[in-house]
Amino acid sequence: MLTRKKLGMIASRLLQALPIAVLATFVVYSLMQLIPGDIAVTLAGENASDERIAEIRELYGLNQPFLVQYGSWLWNAVQGDLGVSLLTREPVAETIARTYPTTLLIVAYAIVLSVVIGVPLGILAASRPGSLLDSGIMSIASLGVTVPNFWFGMILALWLALGLNLFPATGFASPGDGLGTALWYATLPALALCTNGIAEVSRQLRSSLVEIQSSQFVRTLHAKGLSPASILWKHGLKNVGVNLLTVISLLFNKTLAATVVVEAVFAIPGIGSAIVNAVLQGDFPVVQGAVLAMVATVIVVNLVTDVLYTVLDPRIEQA
Amino acid sequence: MSATTLLPLQQDSIVVRFGRWLRRDIRGALSLAFLLLLIVVALLAPWIAPYSPTEQDYANMLAEPSARHWLGTDDLGRDVFSRLIHGTASSLYAAFLAVGVAVLVGVPVGLVAGFMGGWVDLAISRCIDTLLSFPAIVLAVAVTGAMGIGLTTAMLAVGLVFSPQLARLVRARTLVVRQELYVDAARCFGASLPRLLLKHVLPNAIQPVLVQATLLLAVALLAEASLSFLGLGVQPPDVSWGMMIARGYMYMEIAPAQMYVPGLAILLTAIAFNTLGESLRVALDPTLRGR
Repeated sequence: MLTRKKLGMIASRLLQALPIAVLATFVVYSLMQLIPGDIAVTLAGENASDERIAEIRELYGLNQPFLVQYGSWLWNAVQGDLGVSLLTREPVAETIARTYPTTLLIVAYAIVLSVVIGVPLGILAASRPGSLLDSGIMSIASLGVTVPNFWFGMILALWLALGLNLFPATGFASPGDGLGTALWYATLPALALCTNGIAEVSRQLRSSLVEIQSSQFVRTLHAKGLSPASILWKHGLKNVGVNLLTVISLLFNKTLAATVVVEAVFAIPGIGSAIVNAVLQGDFPVVQGAVLAMVATVIVVNLVTDVLYTVLDPRIEQA
Repeated sequence: MSATTLLPLQQDSIVVRFGRWLRRDIRGALSLAFLLLLIVVALLAPWIAPYSPTEQDYANMLAEPSARHWLGTDDLGRDVFSRLIHGTASSLYAAFLAVGVAVLVGVPVGLVAGFMGGWVDLAISRCIDTLLSFPAIVLAVAVTGAMGIGLTTAMLAVGLVFSPQLARLVRARTLVVRQELYVDAARCFGASLPRLLLKHVLPNAIQPVLVQATLLLAVALLAEASLSFLGLGVQPPDVSWGMMIARGYMYMEIAPAQMYVPGLAILLTAIAFNTLGESLRVALDPTLRGR
């Protein structure tokens, strides 16, 4: 399965990800340069004494050249030291470890829902292209892209939690408290987040299935007397299933971004809430650390889906 | 003599073609009409709205919709319909500002990368890939935090975060366009680099940008709503649709209309931007016509 050619492609993917990862850390560190005025004064907060400002300047090495500052920050970050919160003094790495699992659980849940709901919809739409069913499903899909996730979350909370008492309206249970409870709490946020995913998955699946149905080899299968249903299941899906991987890696990025707002609606203390609170309170080390953690995850997920794609797609061999 | 007069193909004037498009594409025309209506509402808000957005009716707080207050009142007794009308301006301004910034930053970067090629292209492309790895709203939140909270800075941040998408698009188009014969011809006639880019490459690479920018308007509108909901965008006493949702959220069990109404406004406007974008895509791409 893994030939020399595929291994070579995987190696080149890894090499491409490296500069992106380094540049991403540079972008995260440079964010601080956008703060107008003296960074040390801003970081020290309101009414800080001169000593405190000097201490902050020393702590962050702000009296050194920018690249030196960046270098030492990166060196510490690689070793897991992302500094401490200016407000609570909690190490940023601990804040991330405390909040990120909740967020990742919700994101993963939302992506699973997107696939579980989006794939049947896409297949249904592709089974009769141009029909009423097809245009109906595609209209729902375009609604899924445009609906504000956090607003949809409120409606879900109002109807399903406060109205019908099916799910808890706010709050969370960490995955450590038992997966069942955690999923129970994560259901509404995940439902709120999955609209975009359902749309992307069903659209992508539909368009590649429709394309494949008009291709040469499907015509041959028709000529051999295979029924349209078995062509769709046996040959269509096998060929487009791999494409879903690309959609999922894009979805991960989008869903992770949307969680930031949805967490606020459901009062979930995830990494999104941590970033927003830190921004509102000017706690910059937390902002940097959390953004770094999120972009690092996106890069890793992109890499993993790329590698899986290379391993699974049979067409790469012939190319 | 300009180059266009040499073309044997007679083209109708842009007005005629526009009229034909309107008749053929009902959904696109409806979306355009709705958006134009919104712009008029935004500009005429002080004259159209029955009340000022900050005027408080103490006798009617969190009131149900009635003849006096068409969409009810909020927790401070302010007329929701009037606030919706006044919020139109902030929300549209936010969307256009963000997309404007994205175009102004993204298009030149993409042009230069695509046209220069070589290590310049390589360096810019790596930067684009890197910025696209950031979850967009998260980066916008962080940039807003650094530059200062407020609608204008928040939407500048959103625009900067969107710009790599356009840069990538323009770069890809430019790579194709720069190999065309007319670009070579212009170069042989001694056209300078800025002239080559502005006169010959840009007009032929801009069409997909027009489509993408229209689609981005919908995303920017949602971004404004998100950031204002989080308290990073519009600040009181100003009002935007996202901020109205945030306010309505606190009282959604007592007065759900306050939460539904601004959300529906966002949803409808986003659908209009999206539909218009798709219509433009079909109208501008001859291979998609008749589908």
